[in-house]
Order: sequence, then C-alpha cells, then structure tokens
Amino acid sequence: MASEMMVDISKSFPGRLTVNVSFQMPLEPPTVQILFGPSGAGKTTVLRCLAGLEQPERGLIKFQETTWLDTEAGVRWSPQHRALGYMPQDYALFPTYSVAGNIAYGLGALTSDERRRRVAEVLALLQMQGTEEFRPAQLSGGQQQRLALARTIARHPRLLLLDEPLSALDAPTRASLRGELRDLLKRLRIPSVVVTHDWAEALALGDQMVVMDRGLVLQIGSPQEVFSRPKNADVARVVGVETVVQGRIVESAKDLAVVAIDGTRLIALATEDVGRDVFVCIRAEDVVLESAEAGAISARNRLTGTVMEISPMGALVRVRVDCGFHLSALVTRVAIEELGLAPGASVVAAVKAGAVHLVPRQGTRASVTA
Amino acid sequence: MNWTAIALTLKLATLTALILVVVGLPLAYWLSFSRWRWKFLVESVVALPLVLPPTVLGFYILVAIGPHSPLGRFYTSLVGHPLPFTFEGLLFASILYSLPFAVQPFATAFDQVDRRLVETSWTLGVSRVKTFFKLIIPLSVAGVVTGFVLSFAHTLGEFGVVLMVGGNIEGETRTVSIDIYDEVQALNYAGAAKTALFLLAISYCVLLAVYAMNRKVWAPWPQK
Repeated sequence: MASEMMVDISKSFPGRLTVNVSFQMPLEPPTVQILFGPSGAGKTTVLRCLAGLEQPERGLIKFQETTWLDTEAGVRWSPQHRALGYMPQDYALFPTYSVAGNIAYGLGALTSDERRRRVAEVLALLQMQGTEEFRPAQLSGGQQQRLALARTIARHPRLLLLDEPLSALDAPTRASLRGELRDLLKRLRIPSVVVTHDWAEALALGDQMVVMDRGLVLQIGSPQEVFSRPKNADVARVVGVETVVQGRIVESAKDLAVVAIDGTRLIALATEDVGRDVFVCIRAEDVVLESAEAGAISARNRLTGTVMEISPMGALVRVRVDCGFHLSALVTRVAIEELGLAPGASVVAAVKAGAVHLVPRQGTRASVTA
Repeated sequence: MNWTAIALTLKLATLTALILVVVGLPLAYWLSFSRWRWKFLVESVVALPLVLPPTVLGFYILVAIGPHSPLGRFYTSLVGHPLPFTFEGLLFASILYSLPFAVQPFATAFDQVDRRLVETSWTLGVSRVKTFFKLIIPLSVAGVVTGFVLSFAHTLGEFGVVLMVGGNIEGETRTVSIDIYDEVQALNYAGAAKTALFLLAISYCVLLAVYAMNRKVWAPWPQK
C-alpha cells in the first residue's frame, strides 16, 4: 500500500452529533492536513480518534501498513503504541514538572544522557534556551505553546496531531507564531493533522484541507482550491472567504502594500511582515459592485471587470467577476436588478484596502532547508 | 496514663493508614476513572462504614473471620490460631472500618486531575501505571495525605468495632478508647481525663493538618 494514512470512522454522541468522516492523507512527502470547520463540527473528535483517545463505534484507521484501528477485526491500538504527538487545545502542560521535565516526560526509554541531549536539542529548535527550570505557569502564552510543541516533537513522532495550535494566543502573538509553526512543520518533515477554524491558519499551514460541518466532510482539496472554489453553498458558508488568489507584493509603505495579481494591482493593509509571495483573500461580502459609470469613492481598489456567473446563495446572490483574476461578490437580488447585472455585463468591483487580507504563501516556506 | 494502650493504638492507626494507602489508591483510581455503569454499587459498599453502627460492622467482621467461616478456617490453617481477639484481627477490622476515610479523599483528588493531562501523558507513550505514579499522584498529594491522616485519626478513636472484634486484651487489643471506658467503669475519672485529653489533642492536631493543607496554607509547589 502506498505511504498514506487512511481514515474512515464514525462516532456518535447520542442527541448531539454523529461524526462520520473518511479521508486519505499522503505521508510521503510529509503533508500538513487541515481539518477545518466551525466549532461543534466534530474536528476535535476526529483528532482524538486518530490519537486513540476516543473509540469510534465503527471504523478503520490505517497508517502506512499498520492498522491502528479496525472495529470489525477488533484491532485497537492504544495511544501509547501509535507513537504520535498530540497537542490538545489548551496544551495540557504538566504543572508539577519544569519546562525541561515536561519535554523529558515521554523520553523514559532513553538513558539520562541521551535524554538531556534531546531536551537541549528541542529547546534550541524552539528557541527556548534558558527556560529549563521554569514552571509552565511562569511562561507567557507564546512560550507555553512552544513548550507544548517541544514536548510533542521530542519523541520523534510519526504523526503530529495539533488541535487549534494557536487559538489560545492573543492576535499579534498568533500572527507571528503562525509563520514560526509553518517553518517548523516543514523543517521537521513530520506528517501533521491540524485542526483549525481560522482560514488564515489553514492557508498558511495546510497542504490539504478537509472541510467539516456537523460531523460530515463537505469538501477535500488544497486550501486555496477549497476557499476559492467552494463546492456548494454549505462549504461557502463554512469557509467564508471566496476569493483566494496568488499574488506578489511589489511595493509597501506605511502599513499599505501594493500586491500584483497577474496584471492587476490591489492595495492591501499590511501591518505585519508576510514575505513577498502571498495569498490574497477577499470575503465575498466585502466586495461592493457598482455600475461602470460611478464616480470616485473611498474604497482604495476599484476594478473594472465582466460578470461571469450569477448564482443564488439563499437570501443573497453570488456574482463572479473577471477583473484580471476571478473575484466573488455577495450582493442582494435588488442590487442585481438595479445594476442590470447579467453574464457579460461590465461592472466595477470596489474593495477597501482593509478587506484585502494577505496570507504568506507556501512558496516562501519551500525554501527552508530540511 | 496507660502507655501500653497508647502505644498499641498508635501502632494500630499507623499500620491501618499505611495499608489503606496501598489498598485504597488503586481502588480510588478505579472508582475515579472507570466508566462502568454499575460503579455506584462498589461506591456504596466502600461508603457503608460511614453509616453502619460500629457494632453491626464489628459483628459481621467477627462472623466473617471467626473459626466457622472459610476465611477464618483458612487463616487458622495458615497461622495456627484464629483471627478474632488478636492484633491482626483488629487491624483487619480497622482497615475495613476506615476504608471510606481513605478512599473518598483519594478518589476526590483523582476526580480533580484534568483528564487532558492524563490523556496527553498516554499519547507521550507513558503507560497507565507509569502515568499514575509520574503524573496523577504528584497532582493528588493533598488528597493522598488527607486520606492517610483521616484514616489514622479515625482508627485512633474507634471503640465499637474494637470491642466486637478485638475484645479487651492488655497489650494486644486494648486501645485508648477501651482504656478510657475501663477507667470510667472503675470510677477513676482522673486517669480517664488524662487519656481522653491526650486523644483529643492528637485528633485536633491531625485535623489541623488536614484543613491547613486543603486551604493551601502551604503547598508542595506553586499552584497555577
């Protein structure tokens, strides 16, 4: 069998939710698989089933040639035997151990010399030297997150399971650690499953993404593909962003950046360093459509384009506009009539700079050496 | 004061508390972690000594370990003399009588251990037994000490069970509370008062220790 992980499980919580999930994940080269969805979608349950902490009523989990779980054959590997790294949402650091003690906790099989060396190695990898003797409670949120990662990777796990790895942090720390985590995952070359409900995190970290809602898989694909081409209205509602295109920053000054998408240029807010290659993300509800003759408005970006497709989305209508790249807009039915929009019609799409989100792109991280 | 009785009582209480740590910790772990639906049956049995009159408990223990029961016959064949009215018999009865005073604080402490910490330990490859000693016990120190101290204090003062199972044999089963009873029967109030005060002082100090610890007046390590 190919080097991949096969997951096909179902687990029900009577009266609340039935999780019914099936996906495959390539392990070579190591990929980062995102489980994406709103809270209550069952993402954490899937992760816990992979860790062996939750028992599905029915299911099969195969990691390469090893069967971790096969309910029909009665195979069920304990969490201890799966040799994986699991990081729960609030880190679960051991309060009775120091930083070094937390990292060494799972290294009982090593001699004390090897253990000391490995702890030092991992501390250096996460730039935490000097904190060895601290207690977890004495660390900042960002350091706690790093410690949890350090403890998780210390045993050279075959698979990393990260549950909302950044959600416990405040927004500025989250943004800076997102880049760090992305580089680390690439450098470690350990296949990872990351649970998140944050689309920026999904785009920045993920190679492949499984969109979940109410216990079911809605769509599987690369994050960019899923965000920009949601399969149906349900996925669109869950993922929220509809325009995701690759761009390159050509100019930046005073918190504003000019980003080039093929021939089109957009102005975006850029308060943090995101590198040169970016994903440009625009939520469909942030796009304003106006007739081609309108005068100057406050929006920084005015793009002339042609309507490609108009599709109803519940109370609103999704309009796809070709303005050098494909841009989705959500407008009311009344607006469609007033503007006389139809496929082929000419239209101006306006987007405020603050609604153009830039997320660092995989191109920058491929350059990090292993 | 009857120093023989005091020494005997302290020995009985210490041994009872120590054995209850060994027996009670696994039992409390099971009570705290098991998801068995009939678990409450066992919980009720463990708690029985809290509500049962000591004479009733003592009566059943006496019958259970007496020469006519299988347990009693087995013990006699092993040691050569029957279990009732010996120190060992008294010890056995004390352990049952103080069981809830050890197991309940242990189980409460285990209940308060964050399950995510325990699960994380498992995913780090650490077995359930090792997780118990490396993680759960250090997090439950206060509860373990409370259980030890409470079962010690409870054994110090037991009367009904001792009378039923141990009798009143000087140096073998005559504990402090029996001694006080004897002194009062003999109208030696001064002797009874001294011994009683001694018992009161010990009990009070022991409870001071328990409450101080649970209020975290001092803690083995900084709490979060």
